[in-house]
Amino acid sequence: MKITTREVEHVARLSKLELSQEELTMMTGQLDEILSYVDKLEELDTSSIAPTFNVFSVTNAFREDTTRPSLSQAEALQNGPQHDDQTFLVPRII
Amino acid sequence: MELYDLDLTQALEKMAAGEVSAVALTKSCLARIAAVDDQVGAFISVDSEGALRQAEAADTLRRQGSGGVLCGIPLAIKDLLCTKGLTTTCGSRMLADFIPPYDATVISKLRQAGAVILGKTTMDEFAMGSTSETCAFRVPRNPWKKGYVAGGSSGGSAVAVAARECPAALGSDTGGSIRQPASLCGIVGIKPTYGRVSRYGLTAFASSLDQVGPMARTVADCALLMKVISGHDPLDSTSVVREVPDYTANLGKGLGGVRIGVPREYYTEGLDGEVRAIVEQALSALKGLGAEVVDISLPHTEYCVAVYYLIAPSEACSNLARYDGVVYGYRDRSADTLVGMYTGTRSKGFGAEVKRRILIGTYALSSGYYDAYYKKASQVRTLILNDFKAAFNRCDVLLSPVTPTPAWPIGESSDDPLALYLSDILTLSANLGGIPGMSVPAGFTGSGLPVGVQLQGAHFAEEMLFRVASNLERVLPPGERKLDLQG
Repeated sequence: MKITTREVEHVARLSKLELSQEELTMMTGQLDEILSYVDKLEELDTSSIAPTFNVFSVTNAFREDTTRPSLSQAEALQNGPQHDDQTFLVPRII
Repeated sequence: MELYDLDLTQALEKMAAGEVSAVALTKSCLARIAAVDDQVGAFISVDSEGALRQAEAADTLRRQGSGGVLCGIPLAIKDLLCTKGLTTTCGSRMLADFIPPYDATVISKLRQAGAVILGKTTMDEFAMGSTSETCAFRVPRNPWKKGYVAGGSSGGSAVAVAARECPAALGSDTGGSIRQPASLCGIVGIKPTYGRVSRYGLTAFASSLDQVGPMARTVADCALLMKVISGHDPLDSTSVVREVPDYTANLGKGLGGVRIGVPREYYTEGLDGEVRAIVEQALSALKGLGAEVVDISLPHTEYCVAVYYLIAPSEACSNLARYDGVVYGYRDRSADTLVGMYTGTRSKGFGAEVKRRILIGTYALSSGYYDAYYKKASQVRTLILNDFKAAFNRCDVLLSPVTPTPAWPIGESSDDPLALYLSDILTLSANLGGIPGMSVPAGFTGSGLPVGVQLQGAHFAEEMLFRVASNLERVLPPGERKLDLQG
């Protein structure tokens, strides 16, 4: 086994996903199969190969810090599942 | 012939000549949608009123002589590009009611060019899938054979164009999501070089792989759209500062001196016989037009699926962390703690394929596994990129199948996700290498399913792809086939 049910439960917790028992069993089996497959990469010696995270070397794109038009507060709030006229509202934290 | 049958270039000519108005063309497309979309499921939402308003404005501008290059052309948009005031769902329950307060840069460019936005198309949830069957709302059907998949993830955009509900559409491609449905539905689609087109307002799936691209019924129409949407955007720092060529300039230009590479690793055992025959026919057609054929090896092709299915989920799990029920989208209102709300929202808002990829990505990035999975995959990505660089020293274009098989029946996609992932093997590497890739219709199987061929080029070699594609289009006429549609 590449991955156990307990590990999948742990990763789900990190991802803020709650899996039913049925989902957990299914996902464990599928993830195990996928992770076994990707082990194929072990065939290659990459110790001297630099990783590619982006195909073009991206450098920081700087610009002057000037004010530009942006969304109004009302527009920014309009899709919030719960909000008042100034902020998004979430369940009580403390 | 109805107005909805016109391709984009024909429609522009008729509008320029004053024979057809944008309103009449838009009404024809809307009527076509009303008549056939129940059968093919290309659209998640249709904005009839807005489209007619835009068409009227386009007609006014044209009368004043000031319309843009797409003045009055109705288009469909994959439902992961933000359209101001128009619901953008990403095919997910999570965003079922999300109305963007801004336009994606590509949408602004289309609007400036005078295009009319008809509506938003069906897609796999958050673009994760190969058949559009993971869409939370409806599943598009192949208009050539309705029991068959349209492909994905830009399945709805491909269907809308193939079923003549609109002359062209935008899709997005992270691992083949423009090229594969274009091939399975018999239309033209191109994934541009990474950075050629702005991703601002494109809902992120895997940020180092995603690109927006055009889908249309002709090569010339794709080239025209490509010119409109390309270019550097200060709002996307990965978009490239580089002049946008006139992609229509080399259409039809001869193939003398053009080297067509045949990547032998793409012609694998699993390749369907009819698909192979169609690709070979395309190759001999190019040879007949004077192109030189070069045998090419891309030795790391067999690792592409493994690399992709580590890198794409890793980037996705990070990008999808934003769906937490706070600032937009679905919220689980039954939870009374903040963490409970996050968990409930994500567990109920995402479908199974999205959850699967979030779990893979989170695992691949987690402490103790990062080096073995994400970093290893990123190192092999370098080898894949190097394969392409070496190949394009020896040839100008790679010719291959797009998919190992034609479309398959809806509902028969295996319950085994890995088997479906493996079907993406011929398209993933273009995204990993950031190179442009295109699907061009090349024929039909005996049972009447379209098959496309894939052209891949070096970074920013889109002009060469359009040139070769336009030649193929000319010598491989798709033939008079009838769509599997009533009405």
